Amino acid sequence: MTMHRRAFIRGLSAAPLAAGSAGAAGSRVLQVATFPDLDRAAALAVPRFERAHPGVRVRLTVLAYADFPTAMITALAAGANLPDLMGMDREIVGQLADSAGLHDLSAVPFQAGQRSSEVVPFALTAGHSRKGTLTAFPVDIGPGCLFYRSDLLQQAGLQEAELTASWADFIRCGERLKARHNSYLVAHAGDIADVVIRNGLRPGDGVFYSAEGRPLVRAERFEQAFNWAARARRSGIDARVTAWSNEWAEGLRRGRIASQMFGGWFGGHLANWIAPKAAGLWRCAPLPAGNFASWGGSYYAIPRGAREPALAWDFLQVLALDPAQQRTAFTTLDAFPAMTAVHADPLFDQPLPYFGGQRARQLWRDASQRIPAVDADRNDRLARDVIQAALERVLEHGDRISDVLADAERRILRRARISASTAPA
Amino acid sequence: MSARQHTPETPRRRWREAFRRVQPYLFVSPFFVLFAVFGLFPMLFSIGLSLHRWDPAAGLSQMQWVGLDNFRYALLDDDWFSQSMRNTLWIALVSGLPQHLVALPLAWWLHTRLRGLRNLVLGLYFLPFITSTVALSLVFTSMFSKDFGIVNTALGHVLGLAPIDWNQPEYTKIMISLVVFWRYVGWNTVLYLSALQTVPRDLLEAAALDGARPWQQFVHVVLPLLKPMAYFAVTLTLIGNLQLFEEPFILTGGTGGIDQGGRTAAMHMYRVAFTEGDFGTASAIAWLLFAVMALATWGNNRLLGERKGSR
Repeated sequence: MTMHRRAFIRGLSAAPLAAGSAGAAGSRVLQVATFPDLDRAAALAVPRFERAHPGVRVRLTVLAYADFPTAMITALAAGANLPDLMGMDREIVGQLADSAGLHDLSAVPFQAGQRSSEVVPFALTAGHSRKGTLTAFPVDIGPGCLFYRSDLLQQAGLQEAELTASWADFIRCGERLKARHNSYLVAHAGDIADVVIRNGLRPGDGVFYSAEGRPLVRAERFEQAFNWAARARRSGIDARVTAWSNEWAEGLRRGRIASQMFGGWFGGHLANWIAPKAAGLWRCAPLPAGNFASWGGSYYAIPRGAREPALAWDFLQVLALDPAQQRTAFTTLDAFPAMTAVHADPLFDQPLPYFGGQRARQLWRDASQRIPAVDADRNDRLARDVIQAALERVLEHGDRISDVLADAERRILRRARISASTAPA
Repeated sequence: MSARQHTPETPRRRWREAFRRVQPYLFVSPFFVLFAVFGLFPMLFSIGLSLHRWDPAAGLSQMQWVGLDNFRYALLDDDWFSQSMRNTLWIALVSGLPQHLVALPLAWWLHTRLRGLRNLVLGLYFLPFITSTVALSLVFTSMFSKDFGIVNTALGHVLGLAPIDWNQPEYTKIMISLVVFWRYVGWNTVLYLSALQTVPRDLLEAAALDGARPWQQFVHVVLPLLKPMAYFAVTLTLIGNLQLFEEPFILTGGTGGIDQGGRTAAMHMYRVAFTEGDFGTASAIAWLLFAVMALATWGNNRLLGERKGSR
């Protein structure tokens, strides 16, 4: 009995070792952390990658979109449970790009710099840290455009050209639409401000911070952005709902909200779940007043704690720099290619049935070539929170814009714990 | 000399003896190991963190000692923290007090009047407590929708009111409080009902013989006997409501809403940590929140807790 028990315990203790050695001899595992729908693009690349790398197995760990940044920040903080390849949304690139826990992809052995000319410049710029290291590499981008309901505009006797000529015209169209169709032109007045604050950036500057890390929220573009948003609110053309809320989706579905400024990927959301029954009624137009901006976009980074950095870089090259993969991700998931070579593909000239046969991809491609490069800052999310709160003061309480922006600057400095006297000039 | 003294002490025997001595400790060790790793260490690390400035994405080597500066900043400079504390206390009071004021008579009613269907009705009241908070909050978000929600539709049909924008700061806290009240009133009813079942029937019969009416029995006999349970239930409500996170987070889309009207202290702590990347201040806020909870629990103890010689 005793012998049996000992043998059993020995067997148990030996089992993991045996499994480990078998795993080491039989296959290497590449851990990729990602989130929906970026995971679907990665999954498309896995079979081909595994065929090209015999003995390598790609394991995708998919977390919910909202939980993903928290999980990655925690993993970087602890330096444990790090994947070999870490996906990230454009929104958190700034926060993570300066991390000491990520490899510089432009350095040996990756030397991503040699292939950096193959991707859209504005997306690559955002992947750089303030020190100039390249810590995140883009796989897809979100060139912005104005999605609008052509039938509602037609009923109000409006043309696309009127809608996009200037912000003043945009608001005037919204007033006419409200009067004739009782629909809102935009979901939230803040959507307008979100585009205008990206106007006239100096090279090297971010949206909220200068190249030297000084807050820029008192720049004229912020004052203009708040002004247009306040005018839109006063005109009653916004539904006062925020994107991705139930009301917002329902408003778009029922035609209560007639337009939305977003990245090209939004076309897939409209067609698949927000308003599939409105096929043929939606159209795309350039952003009003000749603005160019991007929404979203996805990146990958390689943590310093990765066990298979070389394999991770190989897989990242497949995801970001393989034309076939980029094309497949675009046609399957509307993940707009970051790789410029793919932009010449004939599929960009195809008419899209959901957009009433419009060649909307050409529009997104043209926008992607004109979007200014914007540096990301580690405090971007903080500044966005502060600016959003400041805009609410203007929209909800009618506070004076210059006062609100001065307060916002003080708050950003205070929350980032930078003394005004020591803030970089 | 005994025979035992002549027996050579082999290493095997010594090892067995040592194992016999440590065996009891090994058996109880899983709890202590787990507590040390998942309870004690995070708590001590959080104390350390509250005295440092640290961006987690930068790695452990980037921690900077700042002493009590994070506490000073949270108390004196962080106006969003003070606002979130005010919101938290408001919601805690407005959602917490009615929970008990409704749960107590409800439990008494279930106990005295609804014998046959009691378990079924109790189960229905308890259902919100065991349902996912996320699912509940999403349903309530739809119900409170300005243009398409059932609440506004009902208010419009019954009272002829214009649609209310529940996202406006004056309504955000009311909306959150309603959800929290609805979710926890059943839980408190169960607590009070279980306490009512321990009230000796002869005491009530004696009171009835003395001419006490049902409500007099409830006020003068039952309520004093429920005091220990009330103390327990109110303590749980205080701690739960001061840590409120999921309901306001989902109902306000994670932002706290317009004018931060629905941002609670726990939500603020989360945003300071993960949006602003300042784990040091977030830890300081956690300890300040703990201090408030300790103070509230102490006050509750003074109010409802048992005194020495009170029996």
